[in-house]
Amino acid sequence: MKYLPTIGLEIHVQLKTRSKIFCGCPNEPGGEPNTHVCPVCLGYPGTLPNVNGEAIRLTVLTGLMIGCRINPYSKFDRKNYFYPDMPKNYQISQYDKPLCLGGSVEIEVEGRKKAVGITRIHLEEDVGKSMHFGSSSGVDFNRAGAPLMEIVTEPDIETPEEAQAFLLALRQILLYGGVSDCNLEQGNLRCDVNCSVRPEGQSELGTKIEIKNMNTFKGVFHALKHELPRQEEVLRSGGAIRQETRRWDDEKGVTEAMRSKEYAHDYRYFPEPDLMPVVLPPETVEQWRATLPELPAKRRDRLVTEYGLPDYDAGVLVADKAVADFFEETARASGNPKAASNWVMTDVLRCLGEKQTELKDAKLTSVSLAGLIRLVDQKVINVPTARELFSELFEKGGDPTELVKTKGLAQVSDTGALEAYADEAIAENPGPVADYRAGKKPALQFLVGQIMKKSRGKANPRMVQELLQRKLGGA
Amino acid sequence: MAGLSNLTLHETADRLARGECTSEDLVRDLVAAIEQRDGKVGAYVWVNVEDALARAREADAARLGGDRRPLLGIPLAVKDVLNVKDQPCACGSRILKGYVSPYDATAIARLREQGAVFLGRTNMDEFAMGSTTENSALGVTRNPWDLARVPGGSSGGSAAAVAAGEALAALGTDTGGSVRQPASFCGCVGLKPSYGRVSRFGLTAYASSLDQIGPMTRDVRDAAMLLQAMAGRDPRDSSSVEIPVPDYSASLRNDLNGMKLGLPREYFIAGTDPEVERAVRAAVEQCRALGAEFVEISLPHTPYAIATYYVVATAEASANLARFDGVRYGARVEGEDPIDMYGKTRAAGFGREVKRRIILGTYVLSSGYYDAYYLRAQKVRTLIRGDFEKAFAGCDAILTPVVPTPAYRIGEKADDPLQMYLGDIFTVTANLAGICGLSVPCGFAGAGLPVGLQILGPAFKEENILRVGYAYEQSTEWHLRKPNLES
Ligand SMILES: [Zn+2]
Repeated sequence: MKYLPTIGLEIHVQLKTRSKIFCGCPNEPGGEPNTHVCPVCLGYPGTLPNVNGEAIRLTVLTGLMIGCRINPYSKFDRKNYFYPDMPKNYQISQYDKPLCLGGSVEIEVEGRKKAVGITRIHLEEDVGKSMHFGSSSGVDFNRAGAPLMEIVTEPDIETPEEAQAFLLALRQILLYGGVSDCNLEQGNLRCDVNCSVRPEGQSELGTKIEIKNMNTFKGVFHALKHELPRQEEVLRSGGAIRQETRRWDDEKGVTEAMRSKEYAHDYRYFPEPDLMPVVLPPETVEQWRATLPELPAKRRDRLVTEYGLPDYDAGVLVADKAVADFFEETARASGNPKAASNWVMTDVLRCLGEKQTELKDAKLTSVSLAGLIRLVDQKVINVPTARELFSELFEKGGDPTELVKTKGLAQVSDTGALEAYADEAIAENPGPVADYRAGKKPALQFLVGQIMKKSRGKANPRMVQELLQRKLGGA
Repeated sequence: MAGLSNLTLHETADRLARGECTSEDLVRDLVAAIEQRDGKVGAYVWVNVEDALARAREADAARLGGDRRPLLGIPLAVKDVLNVKDQPCACGSRILKGYVSPYDATAIARLREQGAVFLGRTNMDEFAMGSTTENSALGVTRNPWDLARVPGGSSGGSAAAVAAGEALAALGTDTGGSVRQPASFCGCVGLKPSYGRVSRFGLTAYASSLDQIGPMTRDVRDAAMLLQAMAGRDPRDSSSVEIPVPDYSASLRNDLNGMKLGLPREYFIAGTDPEVERAVRAAVEQCRALGAEFVEISLPHTPYAIATYYVVATAEASANLARFDGVRYGARVEGEDPIDMYGKTRAAGFGREVKRRIILGTYVLSSGYYDAYYLRAQKVRTLIRGDFEKAFAGCDAILTPVVPTPAYRIGEKADDPLQMYLGDIFTVTANLAGICGLSVPCGFAGAGLPVGLQILGPAFKEENILRVGYAYEQSTEWHLRKPNLES
């Protein structure tokens, strides 16, 4: 019998705001423990939350990017449970009136396109981090009160590959919107996975298993690759799935059941009396909508029509917003989009990969790359010289025109100098000269090579070729 | 310079301005009064003489330099639930033992800006849960008019301090009557502002949607003066409102001409002490003589108010008090693991009444019970608010008793929480509806126990109730009587 998996995801996204969601502390998780804290985010007696409007705007922006309905009236609720990393022992979250409802994200797996439905997006506060040192424990509250956006999908995902594709597509959108840094190592994006399997032909969904707190996309993929067959195996052998929460052990490559005590909660949600409902007038939402960035799919189409790029090239360029921005800046500044896309797709991406770095940290700027392209187009330097220069620009930065000057890399286009090289080469190589005159065209390339060597690579190859043809009379 | 400790704030301010006394004299007189009487009364849980003297001297120097701020160098007593930077804030509880506040509540900061000095902290029912101050882990407070009786609660220490001449004025908090009821029991003036009028930032929350900070004073003018300094929008409290703050002292007049006052039939009921009813009826006649017109009104959902209050307040409290776990501040009892530590810390740290209310609040929010209790209570709350909106369409203020009885004997109701809860019947409605209320002395019951008149006003119409209270008070002498603590 065949089993069909059903997968839904809950993704927690740390929003890129300057301050925390309910106080003025910097939203910079990490750093010395308990340095970005104040009485409010430590839950001191008498303190009150005060909503950071930017967190609301970024959540709504996300909703608009994936086609959600924006709730004109939403509210915050208290989610009650005791845990040492929770300063108030309740988390301010949103229960029945989240900021965004509905929407979808398009994914493509093996050439098949599919929309994954979004149930809702709500806003909440992050908790601290428990730390254990041998016999004692501590809590770092730097992260407590960081604005956290939770995106819940419909159970539309059917394979581990789709889950991974969804997470990548979502990450791309969040990066495009400037909503989050989406840095996985820093836990900017964390994911709970709900999955079940059911026999083919059965419409009712199987018993749901939750895998908690995944922080890599690969982890989600591997956990599902392990968990779905495990559930199938249980059913196949006549067993039943018990609803439970499991944990993915990355090292062992298995999911394990968590103690039931760790998740059996009655959260006793009730409306947060310290915060007023969030009322979003349509004008505000429209104002925010007007600031929406162009999303990847649209941008790809535009790159094709505006710059005449092949579909594939446009797809590669838009995969990373920073790369696409860099390409467009270079294309505009150089006036040569084709060359810009060639440089970005080959040299730029290769160097980024080799150096394990990102564009924002690289020394290369779109201005310097455009300068390089223009130098080639104006025949000041030839392509091999440009490649050499590129490596230096990427690593150290600088102005290509200046570099050409200080290094004396300008092509020799001076006819007098070239003529002298040509005469020498003709005199030194009677054999190839005779061959060429006898109709063996490739012999000309040998002579061009000799002149290039004499000029230490700086001769303008096209001019050399013309000169030789003129001198040898074989044009 | 004996006798300063029995002045009102405005008299004190006048004397200071005329140079007839200094702030240092004031603090010294108050400290002497505290030393002499607080052993009997037990109003304070903490006094910082040195700090208060230092700040008083600073104020005296500033006054010589031309500083004319209205509260400059005036010492105030503060209920132990309000955060004052570098002072303890135990909220009457063992669980906050050792906690020192790192910040000023907004109301405190505003008074400080006006020059006020914070002399000491007053006793209260633990986390403001109670009506007698008997639920304090920090000691017994007695009613200055009869030391065998309670001062009321939960702001019992503040009321007792003002009545006993141990404070010129004090701050209390009112969640279901905790300013008005002790004011009534101790013969002082107590004002509960409308919800949102005074910032709650820095008020250790009992029930967030009901709590308000209010002044407890010797007369109505003083209450107006303190409200003036504290009122107004605070960006750190989302529930505080933008509505402009009027000049309250400008509303104080000696007559009630043109005022229409309502008498709710549900507040004049069997079970009210006859002497209390007689005093309130006499106050009504006095207001009529001052020019007020009376209308009978109905607040039909009043019988459901106590039940509604105890569902809403305990639900919010069950979450508000969850933070007291021994992890970040206060007392801690070590355990096997964090959850075990919580259990032990909270079992040892909280008193009986607090535990009772946390359990009640947890229950009414539990899955399966939420709709029947919490949700229904919210609906009734809306109806109660509607009662008052309708009533205030036809009158400027409402007169009622504050409490059905004068002060209880110590221990009298300690074992009967339900009976105690019923004593809040006339006060909880103002908190549920978010309106303002004032308690002013209106007589004495047989054994010489003070009785209070409650004046309720529409939300953000504190000027109405202050005007009624002032005109009434100025035409009587109840507020001038002092308890005899010399024997
Ligand atoms: Zn903070």
